[in-house]
Amino acid sequence: MAENKTYWKSADQLKGDNPIIEQLEQKEFAEHIPVNEFLGDSETLEDTSTSRRDFLKYVGFSTAAATLAACEGPVIKSVPYVVQPEQIRPGVANYYATAIADGFDFGSVLIKTREGRPIKVENNNDAPVLGGANARVHASVLSLYDVKRLQGPKANGSNITWEDLNLQVGAKLKALAATGKEVVLLTQTFASPTTSKIVSDFVAVFPNVKHVTYDSVSDSAALDAFEDSFGVRGLADYDFSKADTIVSIGADFLGDWQGGGYDSGYSKNRIPTNGRMSQHFQFEANMSLSGASADFRIPATPAQQKNILAHLYAAITGITISGSLEAGLKSKLDKAVKALKAAGSKAVVVSGIQEVGAQKIVLAINHYLQSEVMNADTPRLIRQGNDAEVSAVITAVKNGTLGGLITAGVNPALTLADGKAFAEGVKKLDLSVAFSLKEDETALASQYVAAVPHYLEAWGDYEFKAGSFALAQPTIRPLFDTKQFQDVLLAWSGSTNSYYEAIKSNWNSTLEGLSSWNTVLHDGFYQSGITSSNYFQGKALPSEANALAAASSSGLELVLYTKTGMGDGQQSNNPWLQEFPDPITRVSWDNYITVSASDAAEAGLKNVNVANGALNGSYAKVTVGGTTLTVPVIIQPGQAKGSIGLALGYGEKAGLQEEMQVGVNAFEFYNDFKPVQNASIALAEGFHEFACVQLHNTLMGRGDIIKETTLEVFNTKDKAYWNAIPVVSKNHMEEEVTSEGVDMWQNFDRSIGHHFNLSIDLNACTGCGACVIACHSENNVPVVGKTEVRRSRDMHWLRIDRYYSSETTFEGDNQTKENIDGLGDSLTTFGEMENPSENPQVTFQPVMCQHCNHAPCETVCPVAATSHGRQGQNHMAYNRCVGTRYCANNCPYKVRRFNWFLYNQNDEFDYHMNNDLGRMVLNPDVVVRSRGVMEKCSMCIQKTQKTILDAKLDGREIKDGEFQTACSSACSNGAMTFGDINDKESEIAHLKENDRMYHLLESVGTKPNVMYQAKVRNT
Amino acid sequence: MRKSNLYALLTSKFLAVIVVAMLSLPQLFAQESDPAAGKKLFNANCAACHKLNKKAVGPALKGVSSKYDREWLYTWIKNSAAMIKSGDAQAVAIWEEYNKTAMTAFPQLSNVDIDNILAYTDYTPPPPPPTTAVAGSGQGSAGSSYSNDLILGALALVFGLLVVMLVLVNKTLQRIATASGVELVKKEVKEERRPLWDAFVKNHFLVFMSVILLLLSSAYFAYGFLMQVGVDQGYMPVQPIHYSHKIHAGANEIECKYCHSSARVSKHSGIPSLNVCMNCHQNIAEYNGEEDLENGYTKDFYTKEIKKLYAAVGWDEENQRYTGETEPVKWVRIHNLPDFAYFNHAQHVQVGKIDCQKCHGPVEEMEVMYQYAPLTMGWCINCHRETNVQVKGNEYYAKIHEQLSKKYGVEQLTAAQMGGLECGKCHY
Repeated sequence: MAENKTYWKSADQLKGDNPIIEQLEQKEFAEHIPVNEFLGDSETLEDTSTSRRDFLKYVGFSTAAATLAACEGPVIKSVPYVVQPEQIRPGVANYYATAIADGFDFGSVLIKTREGRPIKVENNNDAPVLGGANARVHASVLSLYDVKRLQGPKANGSNITWEDLNLQVGAKLKALAATGKEVVLLTQTFASPTTSKIVSDFVAVFPNVKHVTYDSVSDSAALDAFEDSFGVRGLADYDFSKADTIVSIGADFLGDWQGGGYDSGYSKNRIPTNGRMSQHFQFEANMSLSGASADFRIPATPAQQKNILAHLYAAITGITISGSLEAGLKSKLDKAVKALKAAGSKAVVVSGIQEVGAQKIVLAINHYLQSEVMNADTPRLIRQGNDAEVSAVITAVKNGTLGGLITAGVNPALTLADGKAFAEGVKKLDLSVAFSLKEDETALASQYVAAVPHYLEAWGDYEFKAGSFALAQPTIRPLFDTKQFQDVLLAWSGSTNSYYEAIKSNWNSTLEGLSSWNTVLHDGFYQSGITSSNYFQGKALPSEANALAAASSSGLELVLYTKTGMGDGQQSNNPWLQEFPDPITRVSWDNYITVSASDAAEAGLKNVNVANGALNGSYAKVTVGGTTLTVPVIIQPGQAKGSIGLALGYGEKAGLQEEMQVGVNAFEFYNDFKPVQNASIALAEGFHEFACVQLHNTLMGRGDIIKETTLEVFNTKDKAYWNAIPVVSKNHMEEEVTSEGVDMWQNFDRSIGHHFNLSIDLNACTGCGACVIACHSENNVPVVGKTEVRRSRDMHWLRIDRYYSSETTFEGDNQTKENIDGLGDSLTTFGEMENPSENPQVTFQPVMCQHCNHAPCETVCPVAATSHGRQGQNHMAYNRCVGTRYCANNCPYKVRRFNWFLYNQNDEFDYHMNNDLGRMVLNPDVVVRSRGVMEKCSMCIQKTQKTILDAKLDGREIKDGEFQTACSSACSNGAMTFGDINDKESEIAHLKENDRMYHLLESVGTKPNVMYQAKVRNT
Repeated sequence: MRKSNLYALLTSKFLAVIVVAMLSLPQLFAQESDPAAGKKLFNANCAACHKLNKKAVGPALKGVSSKYDREWLYTWIKNSAAMIKSGDAQAVAIWEEYNKTAMTAFPQLSNVDIDNILAYTDYTPPPPPPTTAVAGSGQGSAGSSYSNDLILGALALVFGLLVVMLVLVNKTLQRIATASGVELVKKEVKEERRPLWDAFVKNHFLVFMSVILLLLSSAYFAYGFLMQVGVDQGYMPVQPIHYSHKIHAGANEIECKYCHSSARVSKHSGIPSLNVCMNCHQNIAEYNGEEDLENGYTKDFYTKEIKKLYAAVGWDEENQRYTGETEPVKWVRIHNLPDFAYFNHAQHVQVGKIDCQKCHGPVEEMEVMYQYAPLTMGWCINCHRETNVQVKGNEYYAKIHEQLSKKYGVEQLTAAQMGGLECGKCHY
């Protein structure tokens, strides 16, 4: 119930004793404009040689010059094709189905190309497996136009031709084969049938070559456990849409756990239908996306997680194990066990503990539960790394016993815990070749660097999971002198075939009579329907369970994780991803350690909000084994006491623009490929300046923007109880704010034509941020850089607000007290109540321009630059805007963004819009805004206009689902629905009538065209 | 004198005999074949691939009947492929020479038709008529163009003479007057009159009104000047290839969207790629239409422009093949909308069924393309206010048209009523 809860954005805000926060809440704009300081600085003003008269002269001359310059238009050249390719029509977009498989992110995608340039990544909604792109995949189109990409092959740092490279490497390979010295082919997980074949052919030609697969973020334990239990090396496949009860122990399955992509299935069963929705228990150390979405989130250190898993196993299977669980955890676990048993085969347990024993236990539990959610017959093949083999390679490289090393798609010199020693070893090898997109650490250490194309320029075939295939095709000719790893390998093996021919012949034999190559290429995926039956071969695991139950930790436990924006760091030179604020901490351009409030207090670590609204954090010296790194600190509500978190994928220097060289390389702590390490922290000197958008755009303390209830209340009580429409006083009578009489505006008749609405379901939103990046790429939103973000000048049209909540009102406390059952529960609950920030609930709320029918921004614009369309969109005419910022001032949702600077073709903002290559990603249908104008979400009017025009050209009516915005089409979770409410049969029209529907700040009377579906928690 | 006349008479008669003989010779040879009918058939069936004097897709056909046996030609024209298949040596040789491109079969042509065509290909037109007549007419036309200047010059001369005469008469009269003692009356200077400017300055009302007038008129002109800043109406740049819309769209009546085909589906009308030009210009290597000598647009001039196209597209005229060496043409863009204005050709041309000429002017009369419309927002808006939406037969409009026409009480809806004046429809 919204009324009983306090929503807060940071721990300081909750405490309420920080004057800065209070001040910020009252301020329209976070930043102080230093006019008085400037004018008051009489000394500087007097010292200047420019007199008042000179100044006026300069102004006069420059105005005159500017006017004169404007009179003469430039001569613009148009150069048509000599022979126009028949599929290209200037101004019309083409879509191609392809697939990404960079070793970390896998999935089927559609690529939108304009005049032959890929400009946007879209979900391949028809693809049954991994068809929903995450934020990184959406941003990957920008990595194609990365200026730091390798433009051709190199040998010992100087350019070389491919012919020479093939000759020289071929000769060396033959020499090594003659001596019989081992050569290792260290590659990413390709999950590609044809590549496997090419590699095995290569090994057949050079028998001294050994192929080792290496995942920078390892899932080896889970692979080993699955192989042990089912006889196949793969990862169990889960369909969370079938789950009624989900218990996750340290698995961020809405994030990147075991290859990711599970969020869309999960969200399907999170929307309450017929009074039912899934129930989700999450035991975890770091606050993750999964924990944020969970109904019950229980902070637990990694050691505690192991104990919990052991006890869960015992409780489900009925075996007895030694050791006991902490009382607080036990009560929560009991609840989870009860729910698991009640759900029967619709229950599932998942875990992120990287230990073979733990993973075997998880598989055993799911087998015992006969879980329909887990599918062992179609194992995922998108992680293949083998820790033991990789370790052997590392040792061999360091000892110099290896003859040669060929790396492809991996950067071990950065992503190994002792990467530097590894790089030194590589330098001494007889032969070292790195297949790489950029000149990274491994490429720098290698003799030969083979430049590979981006996946949008390449062919490929993939088997994401058994029986589910995908095809990748080039969407643009290679921009640089690059060759695919497989093509080069074929050449080295003496084959004259190209990789394309190899894929095609391989497929034509597979597809024989089932489907045609062209159909599969067009669709981008293929379901063979052939599944093997993998039988459970596991046994009772009492010793493993006892080992887990006995796990304990003395000091702090460091939990390494991957951030939603950066993943394993392959795309760290991508400014969209760098500027993407982390969904949980809302920090961009950084990684940091997350510490619980009590641990921070113990170590003297602080987070300080400075006067301009920015966040500063102490530095901490983090020591793991012999390695110490100085890392900034974020105090993270919900972080399990006794644990700290640190994101991988940052701190890379080689092959990165200077602006992107941010953060620390946490892979240095990634000893033995274990994400959990024993660590110690100590306060270091100084404060780190974060680019955190957490306190930006505060809503003046109007906290009723989130509506939330429990499933029980939702099912039993009236809508008016849990989703009440605000009332206002009229003639001393309380009246609903939406009623006719209260409105002082004249209503415009919107019943004719289209009337667009966007619905956002807070239950289905997992905060994954795909929409943020999709919006960024569709609408040419500029990147402003770390300093500007710190000044609250981020330009994201769509932000995902993250609110913490806890039942901290008096009424709420009483209720909590009454609900306590048993002594153990009471102890922990009282503890929690003492410190609400220890374990808050989290709600994500995507906010963009609400397109109010009675928009406050429109009435204050002195030049009528923003006006309303009858289709419901609030228009913004950039060329009319003079930059008074009145509109932003008057917007209750703080969704308007001002161009403080010229963000394109400006060396001060050296991101993609400052070079010809990067500008190729711009959407030609949307203006690139200039300095001094306001901009905001347009509800993708270019897309609705396109849909309408297509229908007009075809002379047909528009079907429901045709209208999409960039965010709604990027959302694979079904959290965003867009459409025409005048089409009474449409999904959006039904959502508008839904009981859960509410508008943001309804009491203001703005009548927005964006609506939200209230959050229901299954507690 | 008489002798020379006789000589001329004899020569002309002799020439006439030769001409008659030349004309009748092929006719005799081809018996009753009719070169005029042959020309028609040739243009309809053969001209796409053959020229008389030049190699095109197929060989030049001048005098082809003397190269091959007539029976052989009948068979070849009716079905060349069969001949090649049968292994006829001559047929195979031609086929090999012309890149193994098979000639279209013409079974519909009768032997008489073929005879006519061959008669045409053998026919040599009579020599041009005597040049004297041409020269005469040339003089005539030149005379007429000079006539205005001549008249003006003559008039000026007459006036000059008149002035001189008047001065002389005046002088003579004065001399006579002095001689005869007549006193010339000189006008006395009367009392000083106030100068006009002083009177004007003293009259405050007049000054006030004039200042206002001055200000208003300068404001008017300043406004006019400023409003045309950035408006490039009439912009007529020199293009790298002199492409005449007058010839293509005017004389040859080529449909606009044949070349600007993407106007049907895209926001861009599209500058045609050079392969579109080559659809026709593979066969049209020289210009044979009307000339405009005054501006220097001779046949040679146009033919040279066609050669520029060949150079750009890499067409080897000699061997009738593409060399692959291309040089894309950098046209100067005439219609430039600012980036912040979105305009879609398909919406206007295909959905709105608006003629291209409405915005681009009489393109079919433009020798050099220029910007016809001002392309200002006021101009766009005005048209949106006046133009009716083409709702008929378009299912998309069915519902909204019914509702809106009821609301506004009209049968025809303008673009403005449909929402065509909203900012966001063009600015995003």
